[in-house]
Parts: sequence; C-alpha cells; structure tokens
Amino acid sequence: MAAGRTPLLEVRGLCKQFPGVRALHHVSLKLHPGEVLALIGENGAGKSTLMKILAGVQPADSGEYHIDGETVAFLNVRDALASGVALIHQELNLAANLDLAANIFLGREPNRLGFVNDKATHLEAAKYLKRVGLNLPTETLVGDLPIGKQQLVEIAKALSCDARVLIMDEPTSSLSQRETETLFEVVHDLREQGISVIYITHRLSEVKVLADRVTVFRDGQNAGDLSQEEIDHDAMVRLMVGRELSEFYDRKIHEPGKVILELDKVRSPAHPHTEISLQIHAGEIVGIAGLVGAGRTELLETIFGVTPALGGTIKVNGQAVHPKSPEEAISAGMALAPEDRKLHGLVLPMTVGENASLASLKRDQNNGLLNFEAEKDVANEAVDQLQIKTPHLEQVARFLSGGNQQKIVLGKWLALKPRLLMLDEPTRGIDVGAKREIYKLMEKLAGEGIAILFVSSEMEEVLGMADRALIMHEGAIAGELNRSQLSEEAIMQLATGTSLAA
Amino acid sequence: MKKNTLGIFGLLIAIFVVTAVLNDKFISAYNMQNLIKWSSLYAVMSIGVAFVIITGGIDLSIGSVVGLVAVVLAYMMKVKGINPSAAIITTICMSGLIGLVHGLLITKAKIQPFVVTLCGLLIYRSLSRWLTDNQSLGPVPLEGDKGYTNLEFINQLDFIFSGKIAIGSFNLPTPFLFLLVIGITAALFLNRTIWGRYLFALGNNEDGARYSGINTDNMKIIAYVICSLMAGIAGLLFAFELDSVQPAQTGEFYELYAIAAAVLGGCSLRGGEGSILGVIIAAAVIRLIYNSINMLGISTHLEFGILGIVILLGVVADEFLKSYSAKRAAAKQQEP
Repeated sequence: MAAGRTPLLEVRGLCKQFPGVRALHHVSLKLHPGEVLALIGENGAGKSTLMKILAGVQPADSGEYHIDGETVAFLNVRDALASGVALIHQELNLAANLDLAANIFLGREPNRLGFVNDKATHLEAAKYLKRVGLNLPTETLVGDLPIGKQQLVEIAKALSCDARVLIMDEPTSSLSQRETETLFEVVHDLREQGISVIYITHRLSEVKVLADRVTVFRDGQNAGDLSQEEIDHDAMVRLMVGRELSEFYDRKIHEPGKVILELDKVRSPAHPHTEISLQIHAGEIVGIAGLVGAGRTELLETIFGVTPALGGTIKVNGQAVHPKSPEEAISAGMALAPEDRKLHGLVLPMTVGENASLASLKRDQNNGLLNFEAEKDVANEAVDQLQIKTPHLEQVARFLSGGNQQKIVLGKWLALKPRLLMLDEPTRGIDVGAKREIYKLMEKLAGEGIAILFVSSEMEEVLGMADRALIMHEGAIAGELNRSQLSEEAIMQLATGTSLAA
Repeated sequence: MKKNTLGIFGLLIAIFVVTAVLNDKFISAYNMQNLIKWSSLYAVMSIGVAFVIITGGIDLSIGSVVGLVAVVLAYMMKVKGINPSAAIITTICMSGLIGLVHGLLITKAKIQPFVVTLCGLLIYRSLSRWLTDNQSLGPVPLEGDKGYTNLEFINQLDFIFSGKIAIGSFNLPTPFLFLLVIGITAALFLNRTIWGRYLFALGNNEDGARYSGINTDNMKIIAYVICSLMAGIAGLLFAFELDSVQPAQTGEFYELYAIAAAVLGGCSLRGGEGSILGVIIAAAVIRLIYNSINMLGISTHLEFGILGIVILLGVVADEFLKSYSAKRAAAKQQEP
C-alpha cells in the first residue's frame, strides 16, 4: 500500500533502556496515511514502550522519529497531540462524573475569558461523537456508559484534537463480542476518513480482520513484517516466538493423579451470585482464559484467601479448607504468584534473599529466631534452580528484570513445596528467554505431581501450555475445553458469551 | 553500623565536641549524668514509636500515655494507698491494653493510625486531669504527704527507677540500664526474629507481605502494643524522676520528640526502614542540642527552632545520600 509515498509516521533505530532491561533495541516502524497497522508480540516484546515513545509519554534514548518526513522530538503527550498522534490507553482516562461533551473537551474547553461556552462545547462534541458512531445526548455522564462506548468516547476525544494517528493499546481486552464488532466498524470508518491506526493486540484473529499490515516485535526488536496477503496465524506466531510452537511450549501430557483442588459452588466476593465448581488434578496444568474483568484474578484470590469465599467448599487434597487469609491457604499447601508482581508478589525494597525466604521463615525458625543458615539455603536454591540472574543475594529486588523478579516469586513458593501452584499472568512483562524457562518449569513441576492453575490473557500461552482450559465470562465458568478442543475461536466464543453453536 | 546511623553518630560527636570546647562545665560529671538520664528516658519512648513507624504507622498518643501512666501510678499509690507493685503492674497492663486497642482499631476497624492516636492523645490527657482533678501528685511521698503504704518498698522502687549507681566517682543513672536492656531486646527483636523481618516486610509492602502468608494485622497490633508499652515504661521512669506529676503537663509533646528521634535516627515515615541504634543516638542528639543551648547561653526560646532545623537538615541529607546510592546502584546494574 502506497509504498512510494512518504510515510505519515516513521521511526528508525529507536533504543530504550530501563534499569536492568533493554526494552527497545534499534526498532523501526512505518505507518502510511489511512493504514491500519497491527503491532503484535508477546508480553514484554516492547510494544507498550514503543507506544509510549510514539505518543510522547516517555522519551527514547536514541533513534529517529519522523512525522510527514520531518524529524520530531516529543517531550510530552501535548507535543504528540499537536502533531496528530494520540494514544488510546488500555485503561481509559475519562472522568466518570463528567458528561460526554465535558470529557471530550477536558482541558480545552471553548471559553470566553475563562467561562466555558457550553453551547459550543456540546455542538462540537456531537460532531465528533457522530464520527465514531455514537448517537447519544452529549449530556450523558461517561460513568453511565459501558466500557465499549467509553472507548469510543476516548476515540472521539482524540479526533477532536485533530489526531491523524490513533494508537490503540489492546482495545478489545475487556469488550464483549458485540462491542468488539462495533469497534471494528469504527476503525474501518476511520480508515476511510484517512486516519491511520496502530493497533496493538494479543488476539491474532483480530489482526486478520482489521490490519493492512502487521509488524511483529520480539524481545525489544523487530522480528518481521507481514503484508495483508501474508497474514496468517502460524506465520504470526512463528515471528512472535522465533521458533516453531511445539518447541516453545514443550509439553508432555502427564497422567492426571488424584484431585488436588476441588471447588464446589464457591462464591467470591467479586461475583457473589455466581457459583464456581472445578477440579484440578495432580500433574495437571489448567489454564483459565477470559476477558479482562471476567473474574479470573478474583477467583484465584478467593481460593488463596485474599478475598475469602462467601460460600461453598474448597478442598485441598480431599480436605475441606476455608482459607480466610493467604496464611491459611499456604498452610493448606497452596501458592499464588500474583498478577501484580511489584505490588503483591515481592517486597521490592528488600533483597533477593529476603524475598526468596519470606514465606519459609516461619517454617525454618528457631523458636522465633531467624535461621540465617536455612534462609540462605532457601535463597541459594531458588537462585540455582530457577537460574535467577542476580550478582548476589543482597541485591535489592527492585533492580532485577521482570523475568528474574518473577523467578524470585516462584522460588519463594517452591521452597514450601506446594501441592497447588496458582499463577496469575505468569509471563506478563517478561522477555522471551525467561518466558521459555518459566514454561519449562511449569512442565517440570507438573511432572513432579504439582497441580498448576494459571490465568492468562495471552491466547498462545493458554493454547500452548494448558492440558485443559476453563473459560470465564462475567464471573462464571462459561465452559471447559480439553486440549483437543482448544482453539482461539472456541475460547473467544465462550469468553465473550456467544454460544458454541452460534 | 549503617551509613545514616554513622552520620547521626558523627553529628552527636560534633555537637558534643563544640559544646565541650566552648563551655568547660559541659563535661562535668553532673551534667553528663543528667544528659545520660534524660537521653535514656527519651530513647525508651523513641524505640517504641520506631516499631510503629517501621510498619508505616504513627503514634501521636505517646505523651498522653506517659502522662496517664505517671498520674495513675501516683494516684493509686497516694490517694488509694494501693501496694506499689500492684500499681506498677496495673499501669503497665493499662499501657499494653491501650496499644492493643489502637492496633485493633487500626487493623480491624481500618481507621487511620493518625486519627486513632490523635483521639488517644486527647482522651488520655483528659483522663489524667479528670482523675486527679488536675492536682499534681507523685508516687514518692514528699514532706507531709500521707496515704502511701509500704514506704520502704517505695524507696527501693525510687532507686530502681530514678536512682544512681556509683561507678568510681561517676554516678550512672538507672534509667540508662533500662535503656540498655530495652534497646538490646528491641534490636534483637527487629533484626534476629522472624517477626522483626515481618515488620520490615509489611512496612515496605503490606500487600506483598500478606500475599506471602504473613499475618500483617497481628504484626501491626504487636507494633502498637510495643509502642504503648514503651510509653508506659517511660511513664514509670518519669513518674519517679519527677517530684510531682502534673496531670496537664507531664509528657506533653513527648510524642513529637519521640517521632523526631525516630525519623532523625533513620526511620522513614513511609515505613520499612529503621535501626534501634540510630534511634537511640538520635534521642541523645535531641537532648544534647537542648543541653547545649543552655550551656552556650543561647536563648531557650530558640530551642524548638534549632531542633527543627537540625532534624530537617538530617533528613534532607539522608534523602540525598539515598538517591545518590540508588543512582549508583542503578548505574552499576546497567554496566554488564
């Protein structure tokens, strides 16, 4: 498409370094007018960092950035907007207590001597809302709209700033099927209007429907581009992981042992009217898929006692337990590597050693006194077994990369020899190398008879790692797929609440 | 010694030397004994509040607890004629109970520590005044006082809590021995027990600690109990030290001295940091500054001002040091 013309947006040789992590390494990207470019890559491939640089949220360390062939250097989001580049965040940035018109013109209200010109605000807002297919009164409060519509408001807001490039970061991660279709229509319309879109997604099926071209990232570098004719599932995955799938997700099927975790009509505080029942066997790896907000994290946190169950029975190894706190869950043989590593998984200002031993201090104590020797053994074993890259045990955990931090969390739990290991987004923000090691570890632990329950938003991870997948929708388990039934389409149908037959 | 403890120790030495050079009365045995005594009394309270600050909390009620314990002790012994040991046990239990209530309100009712202990400050002070009709009184009978029982034992207690032990020509105040025992126990608790580690962990990241299986509520309650117990012990020491306890004044603003000492001694109000040795030295620095102002003939009206400036400078220097070493650590991390 339009190969001869000057690209609307182009970056070359972009580099960005964070303490301990090389986020982007000589990255290039081109975007033509009226083009929808899909940007894909696994967690931690550098997509989000690139987006933030493009939209002026943070600066690059080095590299060139051109708009309309002219070099630009954005210092902040305002600069980027002035050049027509707008970022639609994954977490929307709207004020729920204000109406549509006020949100669209927030900070740029048409005014006279500081007094807002209400009439002009509403007239103008209506114009932009129409462009995204929202025919709602401009007096509607944003908080009263479902998430899908809020997203369209966000797009209208970007258009009102004369945006020519819309960067959409996983826009469908919390949308229903219906809302997703609406969004696709809007993206098509925008393309007709000459607006370019950079579309970041984890869902490869969306890429096929939407994109004119695909750029694939892997480990902070360009892994390759695919033109519209070349877009196909396997080709994308090969570029994303850099090898054949079977090699990346090295799974053996273990004969499932006895039931380790059993939930019978468990109700979590987040979804008090939904009952969840499930069984996980020893040696089994079970994935939980679903949209963001479907209640997956909440389910794990209820099992782990963070938000204790309101009703139903939880059994571990045949024994009824009702964890009211993680402390109780842990003594029942459970472990949870939480979704938010920095907030829940680790004590960042403490050292690698202190973090690795935190959960086992109680077991190894001498009448309340710290057992420094046992503590050191636990930490050393974690470092050795998981190949944590740290100069020494006294290194502060904050300075380690995401992958190594996740390994500390895992090491902390493995020291306790849990029967059930729960992992919430185990590879979020982790480079491909560490990712592969974590998959290998999961496989090894399953082989040792540990039951593994993991939540993932990454389709490939569920398809590649799970013996069985439970798909959640609005707090309930909408369906279960065994390995032979697993496919992206089947998961999406259950996750978005459309029946399999449809 | 940690870097900031070393820094505050340097400050102590510097003020000490300057004052000693400028006024030769400063290093007289009498002045040194006084300095050690008052530093010890303040340090005991400061150690208590350090525990709470390490969890990321605060206790504003310390001064009022000191006052209440001193008043109730004297009241029981003088007005009610209760056996001194019973009075001591009662007041210590009372201070522990106060801490327990603080801890429960903060963890179970989820009220902010600032609010809980601010209300405590008001309530305990008012209780002291109401109980005694705002009349001053002491645990040791003054001339003409009546109502005390077991006078001989009271004199022994007076020696234990506010006596002096002759070591050659130097008379070591007994509160220093209290500080020694409490300081060593507290340092061992924080650095050598699993509970000490839990306090640091939850002070740095409460959720992270909870997700690791630590009963964070119980640990916080323990910290508040320790804090009020230390205030209670300080209350006993002050009660015997002072000839008469003033229900409206005894202990007033002591919480601020204690918090100041904890902060100057390396505790971050954000939680997760602190060293007992640092806090003890900082408490001594605060008393030393007060003493130096007197010794050097500086207007006592400037006392708070000078104290404020020293603490501010100390904390600013500490922040600079920290961001400097954080940058260096980050730079080191990027090299390989």
